[in-house]
Amino acid sequence: MLGRDASEEAVAEYNRANGTDRPAVVQYLDWLGSAVQGDLGVSLATGIPVWDVVGPALGNSLKLALFAFLVFVPLGILGGILAGLRVGGPTDKGITVIGLSLAVIPEIVTGLVLILVFSIWLGWLPVTAQWEPGAGALTQIRHLALPALALVIVLFGYIARITRAGVVEALDADYTRTAFLKGLPRNTVIRKHVLRNALMPTIAVVATQTGYLVGGLVAIEFLFNYQGIGLMTLTAAEQKDFTLLTAGVVIVGLGFLVVTLIADILFAMINPRIRYGTAE
Amino acid sequence: MTTTAIATAALELHDLDVVYRVRGNDRQVLRGVSFEIGSGESYGLVGESGCGKSTAALAIVRYLPRNGRVSSGAVSVAGTDALALRGGALREFHARKVSMVYQNPGSALNPSMRVGDQVAEAFTVLGIPKGEATDRAQAALARVQIADPGSVMNRYPHQLSGGMQQRAVIAMALAKDPALLILDEPTTGLDATVEAEVLDLVAQLQSELSTSVLFISHNLGVISKMCSRVGVLYAGRLVEEGPVETVLQDPRHPYTVGLLRCIPRGGVRKDHGRLDTIPGFLPSLGVELSGCVFAERCALADERCHTEEPPLFDIRNGHESRCWYHERARELPRVEAADLDLPAVDRSEPALVCLEGCTKVFRQRGHDVHALTDVNVSIWPGETLGLVGESGSGKTTLARTLLGIVPATSGGATLAGRELPPRYQKRSRADLRAIQIVFQNPDSALNRRHSVQRILLRSLKKLAGIRGKVAEQRMSELAQRVRLTERTLTQKPVQLSGGLKQRVAIARAFAGDPQLVVCDEPTSALDVSVQAAILNLLVELQAEKQVSYLFISHDLGVVRYISDRIAVLYLGRVQELGPADVVFNGPHHPYTEALLSAVPTIDGGGRDRIKLEGDIPSAASPPTGCVFHTRCPRFLGDICVEQEPPLVEVEDGHQMRCHIPIEELRVLQAMETARA
Amino acid sequence: MTDLAVPAPAPAPGSEARAARKERLALLLRSPSFILGSIVILFWVACAILGGRVTPYDPLFDQTPDLGVPPSSEYWFGTDRLGRDVFSRVIAGSRDILLVAPLATLLATVFGTALGLTTGYFRGIADDTVSRVIDAVLAIPLIVLAVTVVSALGNRSVWSVTIVIAAVFSPIIARTVRASVLGEAQLDYVEAARLRGERSPYVMFVEVLPNVMPPILVEATVRLGYAIFAVATLTFIGFGLQPPSADWAVQIADNYPFLSDQWWTVLFPAIAISSLVVAVNLVSDAIQQVLER
Repeated sequence: MLGRDASEEAVAEYNRANGTDRPAVVQYLDWLGSAVQGDLGVSLATGIPVWDVVGPALGNSLKLALFAFLVFVPLGILGGILAGLRVGGPTDKGITVIGLSLAVIPEIVTGLVLILVFSIWLGWLPVTAQWEPGAGALTQIRHLALPALALVIVLFGYIARITRAGVVEALDADYTRTAFLKGLPRNTVIRKHVLRNALMPTIAVVATQTGYLVGGLVAIEFLFNYQGIGLMTLTAAEQKDFTLLTAGVVIVGLGFLVVTLIADILFAMINPRIRYGTAE
Repeated sequence: MTTTAIATAALELHDLDVVYRVRGNDRQVLRGVSFEIGSGESYGLVGESGCGKSTAALAIVRYLPRNGRVSSGAVSVAGTDALALRGGALREFHARKVSMVYQNPGSALNPSMRVGDQVAEAFTVLGIPKGEATDRAQAALARVQIADPGSVMNRYPHQLSGGMQQRAVIAMALAKDPALLILDEPTTGLDATVEAEVLDLVAQLQSELSTSVLFISHNLGVISKMCSRVGVLYAGRLVEEGPVETVLQDPRHPYTVGLLRCIPRGGVRKDHGRLDTIPGFLPSLGVELSGCVFAERCALADERCHTEEPPLFDIRNGHESRCWYHERARELPRVEAADLDLPAVDRSEPALVCLEGCTKVFRQRGHDVHALTDVNVSIWPGETLGLVGESGSGKTTLARTLLGIVPATSGGATLAGRELPPRYQKRSRADLRAIQIVFQNPDSALNRRHSVQRILLRSLKKLAGIRGKVAEQRMSELAQRVRLTERTLTQKPVQLSGGLKQRVAIARAFAGDPQLVVCDEPTSALDVSVQAAILNLLVELQAEKQVSYLFISHDLGVVRYISDRIAVLYLGRVQELGPADVVFNGPHHPYTEALLSAVPTIDGGGRDRIKLEGDIPSAASPPTGCVFHTRCPRFLGDICVEQEPPLVEVEDGHQMRCHIPIEELRVLQAMETARA
Repeated sequence: MTDLAVPAPAPAPGSEARAARKERLALLLRSPSFILGSIVILFWVACAILGGRVTPYDPLFDQTPDLGVPPSSEYWFGTDRLGRDVFSRVIAGSRDILLVAPLATLLATVFGTALGLTTGYFRGIADDTVSRVIDAVLAIPLIVLAVTVVSALGNRSVWSVTIVIAAVFSPIIARTVRASVLGEAQLDYVEAARLRGERSPYVMFVEVLPNVMPPILVEATVRLGYAIFAVATLTFIGFGLQPPSADWAVQIADNYPFLSDQWWTVLFPAIAISSLVVAVNLVSDAIQQVLER
């Protein structure tokens, strides 16, 4: 900004002009005050309005997150159901052990191995996630495939595990016994009685894991050099660009809250206990 | 037995063995069980927990848990070999031949599916088109006397009361007009009044549809009311079988004899002597038994009983007993009835504990819930006050107010004339030690990480203020007093049976020599034989220490046995209060009358049941006037709706809250008894 | 299944508590995933302790004349662009993470347990407030939070990483503990203790705490896995451990730009991290299954 050799007077002058000589709390409150009015301020590092940086970054991140989400949620639920219905069997053991092991490996590690295998050794997919401006949808997907896959691998295990637990519990429930003893075909029992109740805890978990997905974006975007909100926040932190950093953190937090809210609404929609309240 | 009888039998079990695989070993749960239920017959299966009743039911419907299997024997339902069925044939069997209703209807219904859809499924599975199935589902709900079935169709299970849920389950079970209906403890956990309604409904539907019923229960009174024949199961063995009246009046197996003697009934009271108990424990699962399964616990057993398994002896008219000495089973020695020196209660003396004008209002989701309204109750030294009423009547709140867990909104409690601080935190050690509690569920009442000895020593330290050698000495005395062995002291609760755990809880309550012990359903989680032992212990302690009890129970037989006086609570108000015999013998408050008539008795007979309409109203908006008027079988008219009757002394020491004069009640209720 | 739930046990011999513990241990030792996981963890712990003393080359400083050679019989895992032996660095690379992650987990468990126990036991306004704050903290993803805190602290030492991970994990553990305590505090023995005049700290720590230990233990082992995960990620993005540490994630971050030419400098440390987190996870899963039987 002013360079390393700037004189003390110059720094003081700069700080006064930007209001950075005031106590941190005052600065923060001031920023918060403008933020609620939609003014996120100006990036300290570059001088560009924060909105102009955050907007495109957010769009990119949403693209990546949505892509991963659309793959891992159905996959995880499917895996969990398969495991739950064959509890104790080889399918179950395979899905739980592999799923959970993959889930704990840091996404940077899985990401690196994916890059090594699919980009460097096989040469099938691009190394970075960032496409040339104006690239077509297919190219974009090719670029997004590896980072999304890295996220999917990490998140598959959780969803599968929770779904499995839900299925196992519902299978043991009295109402499932009632349904079997009605003489309903197994498929009907599973579909109408087991799955509907089994998926309720999954929905709650999908929400928190989506929050996690946002966190995972930081490392993945860094690894794949993808211009999303995570990489932006990271760069801001690296450069001590506090306006940008705060904007990044607040937006990520807000994103999480919105997702949780959507999950709550969904949960209420399929759970009559919440929809109708309890018995009088 | 003729072949035609077999052909028409609704259920035939032949030498059924069921094993559970536990940690790689097969443990036998049912041992060669055989019985038969004729068409239209209602058969009861009784026994204490762990004897294999539910396992038998699940084996019949082919729904044993994953680790269970039928190792030998045959099950035939209406001529179909149930054990041979696979795939589609098994589904067909479930859809058309057999139905099951079990305990806890709340969990038997799918929480995320409308009741109507669930009932309709039972019809669509028979191939009935969707529209018609819905109509028939509604008709089925109407048949189980659900008011407004149209609206219930659209509700979810959690929006129905327990009684309504169980009716819906029954509607579903009867949809197929099954050859066999299995009811596994269908009313356990429901209030006596609701239980009575459900039982009436089942009895009525059974006679209409002439369905064959297998009725499983631990409650002999229920079995006596509902069944024509009964089988007694012990440790997976059918030990006695026969017509209900014969078995209950003339039992020929020592286990049945003991079981019947454990139950406080026929107006027996603590001053008449102790209850009989069955000593010992059920053999552990999977233990190899060479002789009679009951020999270990039988006072009649000799050498032969331990080595040689008795066959099923035919006594007469289908009454059979698996006992070598079935002829003298009824001579089973009684437990020594040592003279108990029960304290004489002198009510001219000042009372020990008084609740005065005690009112408790909870604020719940924006509503005021009136849990207690102007309750005035006194307990004198050495007496037991029984507290009865349906769930939601305020029994537990009353006890908790006394203990200081829940502070009263207005009014309060006194101890020996002194006012007690409303919260236990503010009470002195002397106040805390004076009033102690024994909880319903000993599993929850004892810290499962602490040994018995640690639990008792800590209580002695905090309540009696002693430690070290003195405390250990006192602990040994205390343990002896409640009949805990030295070995028990070093164990943790999880290693003890329910009865032993409850003894530990009692010892803990007595650590500081209390003056009043609140007993909150202390025996309702226990089997009857254990219950008898615990009741005996409580009475002995009372005789010895002159302690007073506030005894809460839904079991009227138990309350009558142990109480000197009884208070009947309804919607937080004392409706009747008086000496136990007076409250039981009448004239009673109409609510008490209804409660009493709801209880099925072993001795049968008695009066017609006085039906209570519907469920207990919400305490958030109690009815005007007399709170009981909405369900009162002796409802007078406007006065009941408009004016709350005061609680007045109608006889010496007998208080009642009713607009009907006592003399009129006496006449009305005498007519009722005469008619029966 | 009431029939099985109440097997009406004959009075058991006095040593049964010990026997139960022994049986749990035996069950653990019979679980293949526990054995496998433990072996891997012990291997890395041994490497961390022995470190540079057993490696063929010095793990930290340039040593071989061969720069960036692929794996061979001389250099099993090859050498990096500065000529350091990758095998030696992988062996020595477990030290920092095995210091930071367990320490952070321990701190978080202690603090989170205290917080969860207090809020769950007392309920009321304090609980509501703390729970809201925890919810708000948890709304921000762990890595973002850690990055923010580290950059605000302006100091990237081993200690600040430890403290940051501990601080971020504490509320997560607190939430689990609180949930268990809420269930436990409903039980009658808690009331019985209060009714004999016990003070709150006694009830919390002596009565309730031992009963919520199993879930806390499970949570701690699960968190340990995530602590390793988090330290590695933070390090990789430059906010965690710093060179000259031979830490695996430092190695990965260091060599990542040269991935296409010298894949071995990245792949072997990556496999090492994976083996450790998977091992911790296997052990934690086995413990959970045995405790929850």
